[in-house]
Amino acid sequence: MKKLLTGNSAVSYGVMLSRAEVISAYPITPQTTIVEELSEMCADGRLPAKFIRVESEHSALACVTAACAAGARVFTATSSHGLAYMHEMLHWASGSRLPVVMVNANRAIGSPWNIWCDHSDSLSQRDTGWIQLYCQSAQEALDTVIQAYKVAEEVLLPVMILEDGFFLSHTSDTVDIPEPKEVDAFLPPYKPRYKLDPNDPHTFNIMADPSVFIDFKHEAQMAMEKAKKAITRVDREFKARFGRGYGWAGKVHLPDAEVVLLTMGTTASTALEVIKALCQQGKKVGLCRLRMFRPFPAEELCQVLSGAKKIAVLDRDNSLGAGGIVAQEVKAALFNLPRRPKVFEFIAGLGGRDITPEDIQEILEYTIKNPSPNGQPLWVGIQK
Amino acid sequence: MKAKELTDQYLHSGHGCCPGCAMTIVLRTAFQALGSQTVAVITAGCFGTISGTFPVSPIKLASYNTTFPSAGAAGSGVRAALDIKGDFKTTVLAIAGDGGTFDIGIQALSAAAERNDDYIFICYDNEAYMNTGIQRSSATPWGAWTTTTPPANLKSQPKKDIVQIMVAHRIPYVATVSIAYPEDFIRKIKKAKETRGFKFIYAFSPCPVGWRFPSEQTIRLARLAVQAKVFPLYEVENGERYTLNVEPEGIPINEYLKPQGRFAYLKEGDWERIQENIDREWKRLMNRIENQMI
Repeated sequence: MKKLLTGNSAVSYGVMLSRAEVISAYPITPQTTIVEELSEMCADGRLPAKFIRVESEHSALACVTAACAAGARVFTATSSHGLAYMHEMLHWASGSRLPVVMVNANRAIGSPWNIWCDHSDSLSQRDTGWIQLYCQSAQEALDTVIQAYKVAEEVLLPVMILEDGFFLSHTSDTVDIPEPKEVDAFLPPYKPRYKLDPNDPHTFNIMADPSVFIDFKHEAQMAMEKAKKAITRVDREFKARFGRGYGWAGKVHLPDAEVVLLTMGTTASTALEVIKALCQQGKKVGLCRLRMFRPFPAEELCQVLSGAKKIAVLDRDNSLGAGGIVAQEVKAALFNLPRRPKVFEFIAGLGGRDITPEDIQEILEYTIKNPSPNGQPLWVGIQK
Repeated sequence: MKAKELTDQYLHSGHGCCPGCAMTIVLRTAFQALGSQTVAVITAGCFGTISGTFPVSPIKLASYNTTFPSAGAAGSGVRAALDIKGDFKTTVLAIAGDGGTFDIGIQALSAAAERNDDYIFICYDNEAYMNTGIQRSSATPWGAWTTTTPPANLKSQPKKDIVQIMVAHRIPYVATVSIAYPEDFIRKIKKAKETRGFKFIYAFSPCPVGWRFPSEQTIRLARLAVQAKVFPLYEVENGERYTLNVEPEGIPINEYLKPQGRFAYLKEGDWERIQENIDREWKRLMNRIENQMI
């Protein structure tokens, strides 16, 4: 069935189709309409889940993580300061190896206050042990929720699905809503390998001293590596059944392009139009829209980018004193290649500033024109 | 169930608690009163950090450690998961110390109580951050020494009245319990188990290390606290029905304070001041019991 849905509404449908059993959330812009719709779905019986209206994001994640330990398929959603407030629980959920799924509507973090889109909220949580998948469309958001449960429950790591605040969360698009019985066939009910069971009592998350702690972390690292394969395999299986797939990245004119623009989220849609036009003018430019940021697809990137002369990384975030986070990771991934492309770094669109076709044109033209980057990330559209 | 019937069935040896620790007696009593059909949620604090080391656990109940502030939220999560699976007979017991209840945990606790989620929250109050080495909490009494309230700057605020805070949520059941009165303790746990909605059990937990008294005196200190009216044993139903469970002798406060090194720095007149406060609080409680209202 096709429907006109916002990104947030598409997420709610994804959660309903995945038959989440315990949902807990705290309102924050621009995520709020996800949980508003989910509470309606729970209230009118379309989704027979327990919905717990907690007093904070920290509690939202603490609540669903514990519910997941007790064997339930769970969901929460947040944004920005809410995600920052969850920080302790983000580590706890992944350390507990629980398949929690959450959606974060990307939003800048204050101060100063700002409710609009950038990626600094989720990228500053990159080291918390969550799989991170960045979406470009409402359809992809819905589909990724369903895929996320399948991946999480296989590798026992939590998944964070990212959608650009307002640009995706609040804009409407035609979305194909899969048939419930098709989703049920793709995603069977969650059967936990371990759960809190009075008939088989165990203690979860007990003290692990220096003789074993590092082994727990190494196991989680192995699971993250397993997740890389699981994400692409589950996506292929999804495509076979539903006709839509996304891969670890969206790739246009790769690996033949000489200059590749690499970015995440909805900016890729704008970039695609610019790149199409440049290609028509005979320029050898391509696009890599990174969907999977954790686990980081270093080897995969090396394969598709090694033929390019230059990479323009467009970061919608900035690590103060270090530069764009995506650019840092891309550079690290390419470092050991014998012939590596030059990486040009651009910071744009912080706090919801539009990234226009003209901005992207400028970024690409700069990259084409200059033989080497000047050593510093370039900030696009700074008021002089 | 009698006190002598209490065993280590659900809380074995092998934990790292100090000799004379009241908390282990509190939890052993609570676990046994509840039985095996229980899921325990444990926060950071004494019990969270020294209740065992991987791969062995002294706790013979399904149990889940969560972060310091989140006992209230995690208890609700486990309850919801059990309910959605149709398991209404398993009891959920959230366990926190005074830090995880009065201070860092109060937000999630208050929210769970306001939602009236169906589980038991038990606080073992040893009146300071004992696991990190005796730092003051909002449960530390006036005049007590801790490592962050040294002799020149003893705690100069009264203890937070957590029972009244929880009663103000008008939850079905609030009760104070003491290891010196195990039959009363067990009865209250069983009553909480049979009551639907949010239950708050507040357990007095003398700490030999932090309070500076010999470890064989733990139960005696707990009894003296009740008899000196420092820790009255009572219960409150639905935020309004008060019942006093043990009539104290009303022994002078110095009999309770004197065995404890943490009160060694009190100055002349301080004991009288503490006694006056105890008497005033007791009068307040009696008014509530007689008038049957908050």
